[in-house]
Amino acid sequence: MCGIAGLFLKDRALEDHLGALLAGMLAPLSDRGPDSTGFAVYGQRVPGRLKLTLRGPRTFDAAALLERLGEAAGGPIEHRRHDTHLVVAIPAEREAAVREALRGFPEVALVGAGRRMELFKEVGRPDEVSRRFGLAGMSGTHAIGHTRMATESAVTTDGAHPFTTGDDQCLVHNGSLSNHNAVRRELIREGLSFRTENDSEVAAGFITAQLRGGRSLEQAMEASLAALDGFYTFVIGTESGFGVLRDPIACKPAVMAETGRWVAFGTEYRALVDLPGIDGARVWEPAPARVYRWELH
Amino acid sequence: MPEVDLAKSPVRALNAALHRLSADTNETQWRVRNPRGRHSLAVGLEAPVVVEIDGHVGYYCAGMNKHATVIVNGNAGQGVAENMMSGKVWVKGDASQAAGATGCGGLLVIDGNASARCGISMKGIDIVVKGAVGHLSAFMAQAGNLVVLGDAGEALGDSIYEARLFVRGTVRGLGADCIEKPMEDRHKAGLRRLLDAAGLGGAVDVGAFRRYGSARQLYHFQIDHAGSY
Repeated sequence: MCGIAGLFLKDRALEDHLGALLAGMLAPLSDRGPDSTGFAVYGQRVPGRLKLTLRGPRTFDAAALLERLGEAAGGPIEHRRHDTHLVVAIPAEREAAVREALRGFPEVALVGAGRRMELFKEVGRPDEVSRRFGLAGMSGTHAIGHTRMATESAVTTDGAHPFTTGDDQCLVHNGSLSNHNAVRRELIREGLSFRTENDSEVAAGFITAQLRGGRSLEQAMEASLAALDGFYTFVIGTESGFGVLRDPIACKPAVMAETGRWVAFGTEYRALVDLPGIDGARVWEPAPARVYRWELH
Repeated sequence: MPEVDLAKSPVRALNAALHRLSADTNETQWRVRNPRGRHSLAVGLEAPVVVEIDGHVGYYCAGMNKHATVIVNGNAGQGVAENMMSGKVWVKGDASQAAGATGCGGLLVIDGNASARCGISMKGIDIVVKGAVGHLSAFMAQAGNLVVLGDAGEALGDSIYEARLFVRGTVRGLGADCIEKPMEDRHKAGLRRLLDAAGLGGAVDVGAFRRYGSARQLYHFQIDHAGSY
């Protein structure tokens, strides 16, 4: 099972509604993935800043953390609290110092980093998790969400999707990979590190390694067709790109829709029914083993 | 004409109302609005009524259909008309995977494309797809007819027993034990009947189709191959 919802906007007028639209897409996928929910939102870029999404225990006191991070960053840092998550925007050149300072807070996890990407994930049903994080109030150009029914690893926040293995990069996965241990070992030899035993994190890492090697998102996705074995529908986000890939057997369901204003992915059509203009949209099933990709212009 | 708005009443109420109909009911024309991709619409019907659904439907629409005609004015999700026994299911858009799976009878017409595994394990159903079908269509097909006006994906008719497959477009590849067979007059006549039933009248030339079926080499264990296992 598992459910995926992805939305890539072409019409800038919809950007303020991105979070609300994604929340509406995730809710009907509750019964495909009640264990955990997560989403990545590609929001406003602040020149010279790197956004870090941090996660602490439910009751964690952000004040001490922000003070210490501020020292490392060389001044007070902008921040937004979303339930257990905290998004901080730090001067990009102070990243190493801030990461070092974070090591003093073992109860705080770095969930994601990027110039635009903010990443949120928690155990729980989509409607509840979306509400706790205030997804409906978030804006941006594209967003990817996932509702998980755990199969390959435990129901934990770390096992929730999206997985990120590089700045502004994320991947969500419906399916299961059969050769992830072998691919993980190879990627570790190439210098990547992984936080979980999860198969989907390996797929994210594979894409990251390809992109670091200078390949385009399209080429990275082509390469994963040959390297990754198993069942998968992936939806992948980068700072400016949005990609969809299904394995050659295409076991896992997928529906796409496109209008002049947006491109959307849903594991089921039910996820797409409230998008503006859906009645006039082109609706199709993405073909197996074919790379679909959109870029911001 | 009874009309059910799924924005107001649940799927179970729709299906229960359709299940209550007797063979001689006067309520023979039903309309369903706002399906919004919901699953299991109009499943298990046994009365000879017409149910027209305005919009896209989710999984298993018109599954196990007997005697009824179910029309989908939109796309259908996985397993439309799965295990149909008789009657007719007509999808005016595209159908997702496993359309007509295990169907034992009746006619399934898809105006658009059907994706992977169309007619998987079909057991007597007739399926007419006006567009293309995806990979592994008619996998382990046992009886019935699959007619494809467009192209067929990889491994058509893999491990087929005895269904007849007619394809007008190109076939990306045949599955194990599926071969092309000569198109004789009796096959053309049978194909003509299927196209007529699908409402295509004389518009489509039966001479443009090629026929595929079982080579019957997988029916029995062959001792010559014992070393392969």
